[in-house]
Amino acid sequence: MKAIDDLLLQFPYATVEQKDKFYSVSVPKENIHETASALRNNDTVPFDFLIDIVGMDYGDTLGVIYILSSSLYPTYILRLKTETPEREDPLLDSLHELWDSAGLYEREVHDFFGIRFINHPDMRRLFLRQDWKGYPLRKDYDADPAINPIPMDNEDLDDMENIPVIEVNHGQKFEHQHKLFEADEYVVNFGPQHPATHGVLHLRVSLDGEIIKKIDPIFGYIHRGIEKMCETYAYPQMLHLPDRMDYVSGPINRHGLCLAIEKGLELEVPERAHYIRTIIDELGRIASHLLGWGCIAMDMGAITAFVYGMRDREKIMDIFEETCGGRLMANYSVIGGVMADIHPNFQRKVKEFIPYMRKMLKEHHLLFTGNPIARDRMDGVGYLSKEKAIALGATGPTGRASGWSNDIRKIEPYAAYPHVDFKEMLRTDGMTFDRYVIRLDEIAESLHIIEQLIDNIPEGDYAAKTKAVIRLPEGEYFQRVENARGEFDVYINSRGDKYPYRVKFRSPSMTLVNTLKAIAVETKVADLIMLGGSLDYVVPCIDR
Amino acid sequence: MFHFEVVTNWIDALLREHLSEGWTLLIEFILIGVVILTVYSVLALILIYLERKVCAFFQCRIGPNRVGPFGVLQSVADMVKILLKEIIKINKVDPFLFRLACYLVIIASICTFGAIPFDKGLQAVDFNIGVFYLLAVSSIGVVGILIAGWSSNNKYTLIGAMRSGAQLISYELSCGLSLLAIVVLSGTMQLSQIVEQQADAWFIFKGHIPALIAFIIYLIAGHAETNRGPFDLPEAESELTAGYHTEYSGIQFGFFYLAEYLNMFIIAAIAATVFLGGWMPLHIPGWESFNGIMDYIPPVLWFLGKTFFCIFLALWVRWSFPRLRIDQLLSLEWKILMPISLINILLMTLLVL
Repeated sequence: MKAIDDLLLQFPYATVEQKDKFYSVSVPKENIHETASALRNNDTVPFDFLIDIVGMDYGDTLGVIYILSSSLYPTYILRLKTETPEREDPLLDSLHELWDSAGLYEREVHDFFGIRFINHPDMRRLFLRQDWKGYPLRKDYDADPAINPIPMDNEDLDDMENIPVIEVNHGQKFEHQHKLFEADEYVVNFGPQHPATHGVLHLRVSLDGEIIKKIDPIFGYIHRGIEKMCETYAYPQMLHLPDRMDYVSGPINRHGLCLAIEKGLELEVPERAHYIRTIIDELGRIASHLLGWGCIAMDMGAITAFVYGMRDREKIMDIFEETCGGRLMANYSVIGGVMADIHPNFQRKVKEFIPYMRKMLKEHHLLFTGNPIARDRMDGVGYLSKEKAIALGATGPTGRASGWSNDIRKIEPYAAYPHVDFKEMLRTDGMTFDRYVIRLDEIAESLHIIEQLIDNIPEGDYAAKTKAVIRLPEGEYFQRVENARGEFDVYINSRGDKYPYRVKFRSPSMTLVNTLKAIAVETKVADLIMLGGSLDYVVPCIDR
Repeated sequence: MFHFEVVTNWIDALLREHLSEGWTLLIEFILIGVVILTVYSVLALILIYLERKVCAFFQCRIGPNRVGPFGVLQSVADMVKILLKEIIKINKVDPFLFRLACYLVIIASICTFGAIPFDKGLQAVDFNIGVFYLLAVSSIGVVGILIAGWSSNNKYTLIGAMRSGAQLISYELSCGLSLLAIVVLSGTMQLSQIVEQQADAWFIFKGHIPALIAFIIYLIAGHAETNRGPFDLPEAESELTAGYHTEYSGIQFGFFYLAEYLNMFIIAAIAATVFLGGWMPLHIPGWESFNGIMDYIPPVLWFLGKTFFCIFLALWVRWSFPRLRIDQLLSLEWKILMPISLINILLMTLLVL
């Protein structure tokens, strides 16, 4: 696009590559801050959405890739790259003031690659223990258990509150630490084992009576090192991992990874597989939203609603069980298509499910949406403006409830989405109630999508033939899909081997926890739990 | 109409015939204590079973169905389990207050329980200030909850206890004021008298609209007094894990649990006694044969029927509504229920005059 080309001409030091709508811009590390702020703060194409930050170990240098997009032109993606030859104490400028989501992503890069960001307000490790030795995603990492033995003690909370900061003034490096909480603050731990954290999330919350003053989320309690595992797995083996990240919308994650690999192989996937995958994805989305609906109700104390959600979700699980073999972990998409053809009952059961679910949706609205206590609780709490949602990278239903049109199914239609007619659900108020009701609306829209596809599944193969050993050609592959919680992205860097060189998954839930931190301050304890439910994050997706 | 009065009077006469005054009283005290404790725990078992079945019904489930026919022995098994459970010693608690708290809660509950008239003469405590006694004794429970939250040395329990303090003290006002409306109507505070006065018609019919308003306010405020959803903020399991009794285990937790269920029963029983005529059968003035048929149903059944009806209402609400937030809870009481109750007393006074 001409506007982007013009913009990039401002940076004479940058190397620009373009492939369709993908721009790749490499800049020296001294210019990264200047380039990024010019990209972020310009009037023609403001790159206001930081999709993800990918840390890289290129062998001799360490690098960072900022994947940017603009809310005005969401189909264009710009990869801003920089690298540093220093491996002992690599330092880069922090961009946390340009995008609200950058702070968390930079901590992740620091945790895995040891790159420290200058002026970043919080340079703790994100997932691993603060006393962990080495940086696991570096290629020269030593995984010897003698270096990092299995710890026998809990991590000291005091260590977790010491925040290191690095500042550089006139070429002089200053390092100092400060405490997160004052000595007399009333700090309550919500989690890691707590009924309302939707997994093992640990929130350190500073309270003044019932009012929340500060929130510090601590991740990593279910960190499995999926990205590191991927580097030692062959491509078909890797497929089992994304199901286990966001386990509630597992089929969509796996679909995303398959699409990324298929893009690399330039594999022609049969139409039948596309249709089946789309139906399974939408069923998965309904199941996930039903759980999300039940959870927000339960977080407000209405346990019955949760049981109703689970009851309806069970029907989808039964359909999955018949066709995919798995219930929660469907394990259905494979490279080139799907694992097996649909079960003879599949179409009949799905067609029975659609009217049933429509009836139940009415009941859910009647029982809970119209409930005066529920409305009172949700109205006027947890406002998230559109600008803030974009800056925080709060994709998915959360962003759409604030009026940010970010549905990847519309922006970059994949699988069978180009063939169906559906609306992107948008609301404008950005309140808790909008985030609640948009999930029920999306269930109705998903039913509409399935209805169009279920009778028109084309005949033919359900999977394309692939080679026994899959080698991805050298290059970078990036695939965006719309998960039930937001944008789930797969970044694969291949060097032509049968194992990927680097894999990065964008977790929509991670930015949602960051959003919770932003909107829950000054609300009450009861609201914190409800807001967490309304954002509907899944913690294993954050920890990966 | 057969009244339990006959049985109790016979026991009393029998004892007095053979023993001196002091021994009679001692034996009667012991008998009453044993009976009350037994009924208390048996009722708790029934209520727990009932709650689980009703909850299952609302949630499209089956509920307990493995232990005994229809799972009726489930709560007995649970009771045995809780009796055998280890009481875990928590570091850094205040040991004296920590142990005291659960007894305070259950003593308050049992004392209130003793004042409930199950039948004519089947009532352990029948003061002439019965209603006043009920309100006073049930308030001791708040102290127990506050002590439990404070002595546990846990931040969740402290938040839970503070919420519970604010909530119980506020709602006690509406509770008391709505009962006061009926006291104005009946002119007595003695529970047995209040029941006797409803022989021609229950107070909810006799008192016209003010009595109905008082009944509804009493149900809401009383429900809040029992700390059950949508007013279960002190224990709010999705926020504070278990609120004020987070650190309790074994039978100490069992005491809180028992008291919670029995408080639900007590609130329902008082509602039944004061508004729905207690053990008094349904009498309609003028319909003599109808009244005669109604009298054939034993009064204890009348009483339990009305009480369980009120309990069912409480369970229905408990399993349907989401929880209120603390500021909404307090504004409901201070801005809505209390002014209405005050005006209601005024109305009732005008009606009586």
